[in-house]
Amino acid sequence: MFNPCALCVISREIQESELQKFYSRLVKLLQGKELGHETIDSLQRLHLILSATKYTRTLPPELQKKVQSLLSSPKEHFQVLSSAVLRETLPLSGQEGNYNQENISQLNSHAAVLLADLSSLCAQLLRSLESRQSEVPAHSLTHTLPILNTILTLSPECLTDDHVTLLNKKLVDWLRYASITQGGGASSGGFFTGPRSRQPVPTAELDGAVSGDFFTVLCVGQGFTEDQWMNVYSFSMLRHWLLTYHSVLSGNGTADTDDRSEVDGSVVSIVSATSSSGRLLPPKERLREKSFQYCLRLIEQSDRKAHRKTDTDLQKACLVEAVCILDCVCEEDASLVFRAFPCIKALFGRLSSDLSFARVLLPIAQFYLNHGEMAAVDCESVWKLVFGRFPAELFNDHFLAHELLRFLRLNLKSLQHRVPQYTRSFPNLLKFLAWDSPAVVDDFVDLLPSLVTAGTAVELLHTLLDLPCLSATLVLQVRSTCLPISEPGGRGLQSPDAYRNPSFRGLFLFLLRGDAGDTIDRLSTLHELLAETADWPRVVQCAQTVPLLLHIFFNTVITVKRLKRSLQNRQLRVTLLYVFTLISSLAPCLALALCFCRVFSSHLLRFCKLHPSLVVDQSHELLEFAGATANVYSKEGIYTHVVWVLGEYLSVSCDSRCSVRLITSCFEALEAVLFEITSSVPPPGADCPAPRVVTTLMSALAKLASRSHDLIPRVSLFLSKLRTLTRGGSVAWCSDEEDLVAIVTRGEELWSLLKAPGVAQSVLTPPPHVTTPQWHRDTNVAMPLRLRALTKSQSGY
Amino acid sequence: MVRCFLIHTVCSVSALGAGESRLLYSRLFGPDEGIFSDRERGLNPEERRLVQKERIAVVARQVRSAVSLSREASARVLVETVPGEEALALQEADSGVVRLRAGDPFSEEMSALWLGVQSLGFTLVCEPHENLLLAEGTLRNLTRHCLEHLHMLGQGSEVLLRSNRVDALLSRLLPHGQLLFLNHRFAQALEKEVAAYMAK
Repeated sequence: MFNPCALCVISREIQESELQKFYSRLVKLLQGKELGHETIDSLQRLHLILSATKYTRTLPPELQKKVQSLLSSPKEHFQVLSSAVLRETLPLSGQEGNYNQENISQLNSHAAVLLADLSSLCAQLLRSLESRQSEVPAHSLTHTLPILNTILTLSPECLTDDHVTLLNKKLVDWLRYASITQGGGASSGGFFTGPRSRQPVPTAELDGAVSGDFFTVLCVGQGFTEDQWMNVYSFSMLRHWLLTYHSVLSGNGTADTDDRSEVDGSVVSIVSATSSSGRLLPPKERLREKSFQYCLRLIEQSDRKAHRKTDTDLQKACLVEAVCILDCVCEEDASLVFRAFPCIKALFGRLSSDLSFARVLLPIAQFYLNHGEMAAVDCESVWKLVFGRFPAELFNDHFLAHELLRFLRLNLKSLQHRVPQYTRSFPNLLKFLAWDSPAVVDDFVDLLPSLVTAGTAVELLHTLLDLPCLSATLVLQVRSTCLPISEPGGRGLQSPDAYRNPSFRGLFLFLLRGDAGDTIDRLSTLHELLAETADWPRVVQCAQTVPLLLHIFFNTVITVKRLKRSLQNRQLRVTLLYVFTLISSLAPCLALALCFCRVFSSHLLRFCKLHPSLVVDQSHELLEFAGATANVYSKEGIYTHVVWVLGEYLSVSCDSRCSVRLITSCFEALEAVLFEITSSVPPPGADCPAPRVVTTLMSALAKLASRSHDLIPRVSLFLSKLRTLTRGGSVAWCSDEEDLVAIVTRGEELWSLLKAPGVAQSVLTPPPHVTTPQWHRDTNVAMPLRLRALTKSQSGY
Repeated sequence: MVRCFLIHTVCSVSALGAGESRLLYSRLFGPDEGIFSDRERGLNPEERRLVQKERIAVVARQVRSAVSLSREASARVLVETVPGEEALALQEADSGVVRLRAGDPFSEEMSALWLGVQSLGFTLVCEPHENLLLAEGTLRNLTRHCLEHLHMLGQGSEVLLRSNRVDALLSRLLPHGQLLFLNHRFAQALEKEVAAYMAK
């Protein structure tokens, strides 16, 4: 059994006395002339003790000084260990820039991590780059660039303009002019060659051919020269460097040059295409040009068939990097777009039919999005891939899902403007969610609002509610491609057979559709077919995310301005109707149904507040729901809301179509339910109705009666009867005495209110200007407010 | 650049609560997050270190839960591999990526790539604009080396006592958090150096 805990716990809970003994032993060891294995083991132990706890331990000063001196030890083991130990503890108190150049005589990679003064570290690194010290071992130079890369992230302002210029020049040298012969003493001869035949051998490409052009990361050799190593390190940090120092926003007057080049785009491109290498460009522009060439070369080299899988993977990674860098330099210098596009287009043509290059095609899509308009290139085929084939066929590729969804998130505004098929592609995009909900639900929380449009809202809602079915279908699809022949006498699962059955094909194909624009009626059949998949882990995980998405959906529909204006009542009505039918038909024991009900209840109120006339529109369905006594017991939450909504918004002031007959029929429906639940025992298996339901029903009846006064006697009669009945003590339909008291009290309040119909009407159906006060905007209300404010400010606090 | 590399448990460990992950190795690169956050700027170094440790713990926990959800969904049976079968273990490993939102726990959004090898998770936290294809390849390579050189498939808690080997490995293949474009020849040269270090 894997159990690393014991060691961690021991290290964390070591006794102080034992610890001190250990420290002194270690100091003694470090004082010795020869430092051997025992020292290494003890240092490692020390590191474990320090890192096992999140609270910092400080070392005794003597020990700390000794460890610090090890940073410049010639043996790498000690450099590594001392660096690791010092990282886990604090610098000696009283000395701020403790680890500085004086202490560390020879700057090695492990020591550099600890240095706090970045500007001088920077200066020192660049000085070492400039000078060509022969005693500096090759690899200590190679670490300069990675260290500089971290400085770029931490505080790019450490580098002065001179530093930047120097680095621009050095990067050009390493990237473009590294040696093209193999290093490490490789020779063209065999074992028996003499000194005469020892000629320098050129580097090779990944498919074995001899390199015909400058050195890049995709060139191989028996050994490598120092500048070839620097070529690798330079390319590895190139994008970060360009993004940090070359972006248009970083000023230096580049903005002007870019404007000009955009205007004279056609003229400039011809010039730069022919004579760029001949012109003497300033270092920054020169680096840009050389990076451009490097990327084009990488793209060409990636077409070669590498012998090893790791190299093939590297080629893909290089393609991604090359396209990203091209995107970056084209942002800075728009004239490069015309030179880059033919290459990018050709690359797209080469890769678009091969799904294994999907992740490479995403940066290409980004390039098209950023520069396609300027180059007037048709991007249709790109979007067909991104919104069509990728989600439809590669929904189970975690990394592609992550990158594609990230691409959407980052470019949301441009996509919404320029790519009309984005909002219609939700059936496809949701496949990522249906397959791997936990990993991508976060992305959909961000993306879902943008997918809700006036035209697709209802269909989107349908799709969200059917997500678990989609999840099951995708699982079946994947399984059927893995196991083409159905297993005889299988495990009794009906779903795989149903999936293959031609008569149900249409239903499954509907679920698997790519574009919005379809509707279907026989979904209940589908639900039955897939019922047994409800406990598959993937389906369960998917189902758990649906309530959250519904929340976001409803929230977007209600709050987003563009939807408020364009979404018509009719669409809202249809939405409401659909959800309602679904909720009514879902068996209440389904945990999912309860979730839907909960989500929907909270949004129902907001819906109706926004569009009160909805209640009149949907009165038939609402009454049908409210009139079914069974709903009081099984769907109490949403029942209460429906009743409240009916009471509140079924009035002429909300919608002029509300007739007396409508009010009366609503009244009668609710009255019947109230009678039933307060005169009998709850049905077997159900609890007593919640007090809130009873009081809401009573209030609703009172409100309706206040609008149609001939109903008032009926309500009053019921309320007084209620008072009499409950005087006897407990009742069958209410178990708690306090609750009963509350109900009766409310009944009495309503009864006394209804004795004065005019008052009842203004209290229970207040006119709009009372419910939505205008405060300071209303001249009647404003005056008292102003006076109060003035008085307060004059009298002081 | 890569912000951190972690090795941690992704199965239930008896001494810890459910969902907790034991950190076996952690290495942070680059800037101290505290400098970016207003709230943390006023902290002393000790407190900052504490915050850093907790930040790493958050990442480990999130990856742990991502791994267990992914394994649950794919309903794969974990095959026990023994020392000597490292290549097989790596082939069978599941992989994925977790989006870490800005502020939770790093100040900007990060992508945490993970490889789940039996009860161990290897995680690489990358900055948003990093080349994830390259990161994935690097992670696999690092994992392979860790499994081979540190005998991690056995019972051993050897990794705890050999963290300097992982440090040396990282200093070659991921120097200061820099991902490198290494073709097989360059990789071989670096791996020779690593092997030489480990042999001493």
